[in-house]
Amino acid sequence: MSCPVTIRIQEDDFDLAREIEILTKSRTDIGAVVSFSGICRADEDSAKVAALTLEHYPGMAEEEIKRHVDEATSRWPLNGVTVIHRVGRFMPGQNIVLVLTASQHRQAAFQAAEFLMDYLKTSAPFWKKEESEAGTGWVEAEARDDEAAARWTRS
Amino acid sequence: MKVKYFAWVRERVGKAEETIEPPATVRTVEELIAWLSAQSEAYAYAFEKPKVIRAAIDHAHAKPDTAIAGAREIAFFPPMTGG
Repeated sequence: MSCPVTIRIQEDDFDLAREIEILTKSRTDIGAVVSFSGICRADEDSAKVAALTLEHYPGMAEEEIKRHVDEATSRWPLNGVTVIHRVGRFMPGQNIVLVLTASQHRQAAFQAAEFLMDYLKTSAPFWKKEESEAGTGWVEAEARDDEAAARWTRS
Repeated sequence: MKVKYFAWVRERVGKAEETIEPPATVRTVEELIAWLSAQSEAYAYAFEKPKVIRAAIDHAHAKPDTAIAGAREIAFFPPMTGG
């Protein structure tokens, strides 16, 4: 079972349909593709968000994502993984992140996508700066994201 | 060794990266944070809550008690908020 892995950090937008097509092209062993798109949201608590700026640690970001993709492919029978994380300044409604997981059956694809997103949020070196009516400031990490990632820890 | 700073740690330190030569008595990540904090008010401000600061050695997450010997690149940053 081959499992091509694509990891990209880019300023440019991505095309969800095109990325799924690339992942599944000339494959007949894939029965399920799960996609997660993270989108810049306008409403954060009560303040309207005007823009988000994403900063990353070049080099480590790619390596950290790769470490978690490797763990995902060792834990679930996957037939392909694509992770694209954008950096730069985004307006509400714009794409920020894409995770695609392909497998023979849906359970592995669902679980691996969720696992990868939980670790992307807590462990990959990206930081969000938010511009809103309340001012400009760095987004604080949320305990619920750490809790979400912790449930994948194997005892 | 090269040191990199990201997000508000970078803003508070006032630079994105630099090369430093800490004394041999500075052996771990937390000792390096303490040593940097004593260098100037900017570092002291950046590292005022050392428990919040995350570190990476050569692109891998490191704990406060991780040894820094042999490190080529150490990075300091706030908890991550990507995705």
